[in-house]
Amino acid sequence: MLDQSKIGHKFPTFKIDVEKGRLKMFAKAIGETNPIYSDESAAIEAGYKTIPAPPTFPFTIELDGPELLPVLRVLNMDIGKLLHGSQDFEYFDTIYAGDCIEVNCVIVNMFSKKGGALEFVELESSYSNQNAKLVAKATCTLVYRNA
Amino acid sequence: MTNINVGDKLPSLTLPAISRCTLALFAGASGDHNPIHIDSDFAKAAGMDDVFAHGMLSMAYLGRMLTNWQSQAKLRKFSNRFLAITQLQDVIICTGEVVDIINVNDESRAKVEIFATKADGTQTLAGVAEVAI
Repeated sequence: MLDQSKIGHKFPTFKIDVEKGRLKMFAKAIGETNPIYSDESAAIEAGYKTIPAPPTFPFTIELDGPELLPVLRVLNMDIGKLLHGSQDFEYFDTIYAGDCIEVNCVIVNMFSKKGGALEFVELESSYSNQNAKLVAKATCTLVYRNA
Repeated sequence: MTNINVGDKLPSLTLPAISRCTLALFAGASGDHNPIHIDSDFAKAAGMDDVFAHGMLSMAYLGRMLTNWQSQAKLRKFSNRFLAITQLQDVIICTGEVVDIINVNDESRAKVEIFATKADGTQTLAGVAEVAI
């Protein structure tokens, strides 16, 4: 049983530079063919300031923190038993190449199903840019297989 | 104003079969270095048959479908549940349909149901997005 007293645990804040080369590599890895995600002039022509980060990129910003999935350590979980249950994003502005994004993440809920065979951990993250503008929020539900 | 109506289908997106190379590239590009997606020995020791695809890879494919349809600057919400594991060699098909037109903070939005489905019909991701119109 995971330690329920960790509900409310706040992870240390960190900042990540969104690099143009990384966005191009991400676009290539997901087979993205729309040039706005890899070519700055195409992005500007389409009305963007420069290359935008694609919709799921906040999750990558999160993974680039000082520790991969710090929740594993905090809840003493084995990465091999972890599954991704759900993922929600809400967007308030665009994240661009060149931005520096501050990430804040909290464990907001934990619960179990199937008599404890599966445990769920909900994480809420917020992402703000270098102008202190909140650009996105995310909720991630992780599933832990105790069986 | 864009002409978007309930019942509109989004242009679907069919992906190439998932390969080990796809997963290695995505692990590096996305920062998800969980060995369960790239190291067969680790995956088997963890009780899986083999490495399997990152859920966030398929979510990124759904994102491609959404932003192919409407500009990303109009995307307000994007969420999904991960329903089934995507295995090596699976072909993922992304589909979506406008199910409602809603008003949020004086902004009209299309509510879109989105799905990632394997060629055999198994749904792997199911979710919803809101796009300003």
